[in-house]
Amino acid sequence: MSRTDVRKTYKLYIGGAFPRSESGRTYLVNDASGRLLANAAKASRKDARDAVVAARKAFGGWSGRTAYNRGQVVYRVAEVLESRRAQFEAELAAGGSSGAEARAEVDAAIDRLVWYAGWSDKIAQVDGSANPVAGPYFNLSSPEPAGVVAVIAPASALLGLVSVVAPLIAAGNTCVVIASEVVPLVAITFAEVLATSDVPGGVVNILTGEVAEIAPWLASHMDVNGLDLTGVTDADLARDLEVAAADNLKLVRRAGVENLDDSPALDRMTRFMEIKTVWHPMGR
Amino acid sequence: MSTTFEYAPAPESRAIVDIKPSYGLFIDGDFVDGHGEGFTTINPATEEVLAEISEATDADVDLAVHAARKAFRSWSRISGAERGKYLFRIARIIAERSRELAVLESIDNGKPIKESRDVDVPTVAAHFFYYAGWADKLEHAGFGPDPKPLGVAGQVIPWNFPLLMLAWKIAPALACGNTVVLKPAETTPLTALLFAEICQQADLPPGVVNIVTGAGGTGRAVVAHPDVDKVAFTGSTEVGKAIARTVAGSHKKVTLELGGKAANIVFDDAPLDQAVEGIVNGIFFNQGHVCCAGSRLLVQESVADEVLAKLKTRMATLRVGDPLDKNTDIGAINSAEQLAKIRALSDIGEAEGAGRWSPACDLPDKGFWFAPTIFTGVSQAHRIAREEIFGPVLSVLAFRTPSEAVEKANNTPFGLSAGVWTEKGSRILWMASQLRAGVVWSNTFNRFDPTSPFGGYKESGYGREGGRHGLEGYLQ
Repeated sequence: MSRTDVRKTYKLYIGGAFPRSESGRTYLVNDASGRLLANAAKASRKDARDAVVAARKAFGGWSGRTAYNRGQVVYRVAEVLESRRAQFEAELAAGGSSGAEARAEVDAAIDRLVWYAGWSDKIAQVDGSANPVAGPYFNLSSPEPAGVVAVIAPASALLGLVSVVAPLIAAGNTCVVIASEVVPLVAITFAEVLATSDVPGGVVNILTGEVAEIAPWLASHMDVNGLDLTGVTDADLARDLEVAAADNLKLVRRAGVENLDDSPALDRMTRFMEIKTVWHPMGR
Repeated sequence: MSTTFEYAPAPESRAIVDIKPSYGLFIDGDFVDGHGEGFTTINPATEEVLAEISEATDADVDLAVHAARKAFRSWSRISGAERGKYLFRIARIIAERSRELAVLESIDNGKPIKESRDVDVPTVAAHFFYYAGWADKLEHAGFGPDPKPLGVAGQVIPWNFPLLMLAWKIAPALACGNTVVLKPAETTPLTALLFAEICQQADLPPGVVNIVTGAGGTGRAVVAHPDVDKVAFTGSTEVGKAIARTVAGSHKKVTLELGGKAANIVFDDAPLDQAVEGIVNGIFFNQGHVCCAGSRLLVQESVADEVLAKLKTRMATLRVGDPLDKNTDIGAINSAEQLAKIRALSDIGEAEGAGRWSPACDLPDKGFWFAPTIFTGVSQAHRIAREEIFGPVLSVLAFRTPSEAVEKANNTPFGLSAGVWTEKGSRILWMASQLRAGVVWSNTFNRFDPTSPFGGYKESGYGREGGRHGLEGYLQ
C-alpha cells in the first residue's frame, strides 16, 4: 500500500513567521526539466514593506548583542544546516543538480557560514583603528552595522543565498532578501534552518516572487539603509534600483562579475558597515 | 550687558597676499583661460570684488580629464616612495606659505583669521604630510597585498573650508596613485588656485592635479564625465543625491560627505562651563558653516535654565566682525545667498513659535553678517530642528532621560556627528554606542585630525575621509 506524502507549502519568511503573500498570489516553480516542483508565494509590495518593518524592529536587539553572541548564532545556523544536509541535497537534486554538485554546494554553504561566524567578533579589530591624533585625545574608530539591508540574492539556490546573508547578519545588520526568482524553494527551506537556529525573528526575512516587481519598492524604501544588487543581472534594472536608492542615500553594492565558488569576500561585511569615530579628551 | 574687555582693532596685514586681477583654469600644469562666461569672487566681509575667475565649460572639463588621464599613466607607475615625496614637498610648502594661505582664505571666505591660521591651514599641511607617508605603505593598509589606484578622480568641494576640503580630497587621491580634477566652490576659488601654484613650486608632474573653476554646471560636468573613475563630493545632501543618481549604473566609485543636524547633548552632571564652551564652539565655529556643527542642543531639563543663562553670558562676549582681526570670533557669512537662507529659516523658527535670542552686537554696514542666535522652546517638529541652517543658529531642546536623548538625537535623516557632555564614563560609552553618527565627540566638539576618519551615516553620505579608512575610497 503506498502512502500519500504530505507536501510542503512554500510561504514567505517575515518576522520569524511563515505567512503566505498578503496578495494571495503564487507562481509555478519547475525543475530543470520543466516538471512542477511547487507553487511559491509571489510576494507583493505590502509583503516587502512588512518585511522591512520586521527587519527594523529586529535591528536594535540584533545589533545590540555582543559580537561573540552573534558569532555563536551564525555558527549555530551552520550546525543546523549540517544536520539537515540530506534534505538540502535532495532539494538541490530535485532542482536539477547532480548528487555531487548538491553535496559540494551544501558543503560550501556550511563552510561559508562558519567563516563569517568567526568574523563577527574580529571585524572591529581588522576594520577599526586607534587613531594617534595630534593632541591630548583618545580617538577610536569602529565599524558598526548600517541597519536594514535589502538584498537581491544570486541565482544559486543555497550557496548564493548564504553568501549574501551570512556576512550581513554576522556584521549585525538585519535584512530583507529576495530569493532567486528561478530557484526560490531552497531559500524557504533555509528559512526553516534560520527559524530553528536562535536567529531572532526579523533578522532575516525572505521573499519569493518577481525581482523586477518587488526590488524597486525595497530600493526606494526610506527605512532601508543598504541595497545589495548581487543577484541583479539586468543592467537597466540595476541602474534603476541604484537611482531609487539615492532617495535616502542607501549604501549600494553593485552587481559585479564574481564567482561564488571563490573565497568569500570581507567587503560583503564592510560595505554595509559604518565607521564610527569616538573622541574624548585626556587629562588628569 | 557690556563685554568684559574692550579690544582695540588688531588686523592681520593683507600685504602678504598678492591677489591677481584674474585667474585661469589650472590644466596640465599651466594656467589657461576657460571658455565660459567667467565670474567674480568677492570678499564677503566688504563685498569688494577680489578677482575675475575663469569658468570651465564642458569642453574645458574634458581637457582637464584628458590631462589627468594622460598623467595617470606615469603617476600610477612611479613608486609610492617617489609619489610620497611630492606630497611631503607640498605639505612643507603649505607650511612655509601658511600665513599667506590663511589670510587669503579669510579674505575669500569670511572666516576669522584665528581659525584659518590656527585650524584650517595647519590641518591642511598635516593632511598632506599624513597621506604622504601612506604612499609607499599601501600594501599594509588592509586593502589587499597589491592595492591599485582607480584612475582619474573628479572632486567637487564646498566653500566652508575651501583649502581643507581640497586637502581631504587631493592628498589621499594622490597618495594612492590617482590623478585629480578638482572643482572648488564658485564663491571661494582663490586658495585652490594658490594651491595650483604650490603644485608648480613642488614640480608636481603636469596633469596630476587639475583645478577647474565654475559653478554647478562645471561640477556636473566633472561628475558626469565618462572617463572619471571616482567621484568625491562634499556639500549639500540635495546635490549628493543628484550625484548618486548620476553615477548609478556606472563603474564610478563614490564618496559623499553631506549635510548634518548634529545633536550636542548636555547631561546634568556635565562640567557646565566646559560644556558651554563646547556648545559655542559647536555652533559658532566658522559661522556655523560646518556640516558637523552641533546645531541642536539637547540639554537635560534639570540644568536647562542654568546652561541657557551661562550660554547667553558667553555669547555676549563673542566678537563679530572683520575676519582679518585677530580678536574676531565670528566672521562674515560666505555669500548673500547663504545669508538669505539663514535669515529665511530663522524667520520660520520665529513664525513657528520658537523663542529667538541674540546678544546685542553691532554688525558692519557692508558685507554679509548674521548675529549668533539661539532658539529656545524648539520642538522636534520645528523646521529649525530638522533642516540644516548652515549658519550661527542654535536650536535648544530639552530631555529628561538618556534614552530620550538618544531618541531625539537620532531622530533625523542625517547622521554625521554628535556631542555628549557628562562626567560619567559608562554613560559616555553607552551614548556613543547608541548614537547613529559617524563622529561622536565626548566632552569636546569639532575636533579634526588627519588620522581620524570623518564621514556620516544615513543621509550624511557614504565613505570616510581621513585616516587609514580614507584610503579605501581611492583604491580598487
